[in-house]
Amino acid sequence: MSMPRHLALAIALAGAIGPARGDVAALKAPKLGTPLKPAEVSKWDRTIFPDGRGLPPGRGTAEEGRSLYAAKCASCHGARGEGATAEDLIGPPKPPTPDNPNKTIGAYWPFATTVFDFIARSMPPAAPGSLSGDEVYALTAFLLSANGVIKEDEVMTAATLPKVKMPNRDGFVWIDVEAK
Amino acid sequence: MARNLSENDLKPVAGGGLLDRRLLLKSGLVLATAQSVSTSVGADEVDPSDPPWQRKTGGPFTTYGTPSPFEKYVIRNIGGNRTPAGDGVSWTPLEDLEGIITPSGLHFERHHDGVPAIDPALHRLVIHGLVRQPLEFTVESLLRYPMQSRFLFIECGGNSNAGWHEEPIQRPVGAFHGLVSCSEWTGVPLAILLNEAGIDAGASWVIAEGADAGLLNVSLPLSKLVDDAMVALYQNGERIRPENGYPLRLIVPGWEGITSVKWLRRLHVTDTPSMTRNETAKYTELLPSGKARMFTFVMDAKSLITSPSPGQKMYGADTYEIRGLAWSGRGRIAKVDVSADGGKSWAEAHLQDPVLPQCFTRFRMPWAWNGKPAVLKSRATDETGYVQPEREVLVKERGRDGYFHYNAIVSWAVDEDGEITHVYA
Repeated sequence: MSMPRHLALAIALAGAIGPARGDVAALKAPKLGTPLKPAEVSKWDRTIFPDGRGLPPGRGTAEEGRSLYAAKCASCHGARGEGATAEDLIGPPKPPTPDNPNKTIGAYWPFATTVFDFIARSMPPAAPGSLSGDEVYALTAFLLSANGVIKEDEVMTAATLPKVKMPNRDGFVWIDVEAK
Repeated sequence: MARNLSENDLKPVAGGGLLDRRLLLKSGLVLATAQSVSTSVGADEVDPSDPPWQRKTGGPFTTYGTPSPFEKYVIRNIGGNRTPAGDGVSWTPLEDLEGIITPSGLHFERHHDGVPAIDPALHRLVIHGLVRQPLEFTVESLLRYPMQSRFLFIECGGNSNAGWHEEPIQRPVGAFHGLVSCSEWTGVPLAILLNEAGIDAGASWVIAEGADAGLLNVSLPLSKLVDDAMVALYQNGERIRPENGYPLRLIVPGWEGITSVKWLRRLHVTDTPSMTRNETAKYTELLPSGKARMFTFVMDAKSLITSPSPGQKMYGADTYEIRGLAWSGRGRIAKVDVSADGGKSWAEAHLQDPVLPQCFTRFRMPWAWNGKPAVLKSRATDETGYVQPEREVLVKERGRDGYFHYNAIVSWAVDEDGEITHVYA
């Protein structure tokens, strides 16, 4: 069953208008979604934003993260984060240049929350989701400290992590969408 | 040999022996083609006029067909990082395929943590965030919505990245440019589902998340998703293959492949991007200035010649058909120019119908090769007027550390023996 062109257009137009999108209710589409309560949504919601929204409770330091890194990360990323079968993670915290196109965390990554988000959702590849909140904070602290972005004794929490200013924070230009 | 060609037919329209594309419409035209270098089956005793398979009952019916065993070498080329196991790519063998549709089993793969074995009865799509009512959809319920079909290419943002290398890589075209494929995708326009949830006035982004082991996530502008994205359930007429996102894949026409999130499980409507790893540390392109391009969603126009191409061979001076593919994330292909003299002169190739937006377009060009060294190029122009750049122009603008979004003109050198190599020319 293909959608008539005018129907597609109506949807697109309605989308452009904004809050009046309810008008699209005139569409003959069924409404088969099951409403979710806030508690149910929170079971699904794994988004973490640069301003810290979505970060879970917990805490960790670089010192705690060092042994975790050796146990869970070093086999692929190298003992000193220099890269092995997986990419390098640790380098000098200087934004990249043509002579040194370094894309390690301290040099390239614009947001510290991204480190937490990616470890929490994807690492380690053989057992993603297996690390506790404290462990992810500790690993994030270790990587930020090893990259020279934070001090070794700084405690990373939902309150402190979003405040970490990454050296390459302003190193990006948005291309296909307008920056706010 | 090419037959039915008059002296007038063989009058070149550009250097190196390129002929008028309208020649391809001439009835009875027989052209030579470059051949894959393959072993022939040694069966001297068999008389092709009376082969043994004509003299006994053939094979049984099958519940699901597979290619001929004689085509067993037409396969995806698995490359990239094999440790850890789930991270890497497999390439579509573009040089072995014709037309514009990629067989589903040969569609390229880019997985970040393997292919999940999803039971569709246990899979859900959740829409939440800045919506009037968060909703959960079963796969069964999505199958009951109005659907649309579109023929669309999907290209990995990292496709053709060997083009940034200092030396031209020598590989079959598919193992260099084959992180692009084209399918008929069928599914539910995402605008319908977003409307059912009711988008709040302040919403401007959507974070899409897959159900693979890495829970791959990307942030996408709401306007694009409302405009033409779909939640696809079918690929080339059948339910999507596991490695291409079964049971649900977000399809974002013309945008880099990672935005078409496979195994789609969640759409989080927000007012800001999440700045995920795959839109910051990866899928951004470092420029010579030290700044990096970010949210480079659109795949710019690109074309390449699939025949002749490296690994194939041309057997002597003759009139050949040059064959290739062109596509653009911005819309339809308007024209493809071909050069047989390294870009000194160009002539317009024949575009085979259908020519669809954000879809492969097949182009063809007759070429009277004189048996002497030649350099072949193709150059796509899309309906917005965007012209595929020469490599030196692209490298000058972007440097060589960007890794993603390489779409420069591709050059093949043909030598006197009919061997084809990749060159920067």
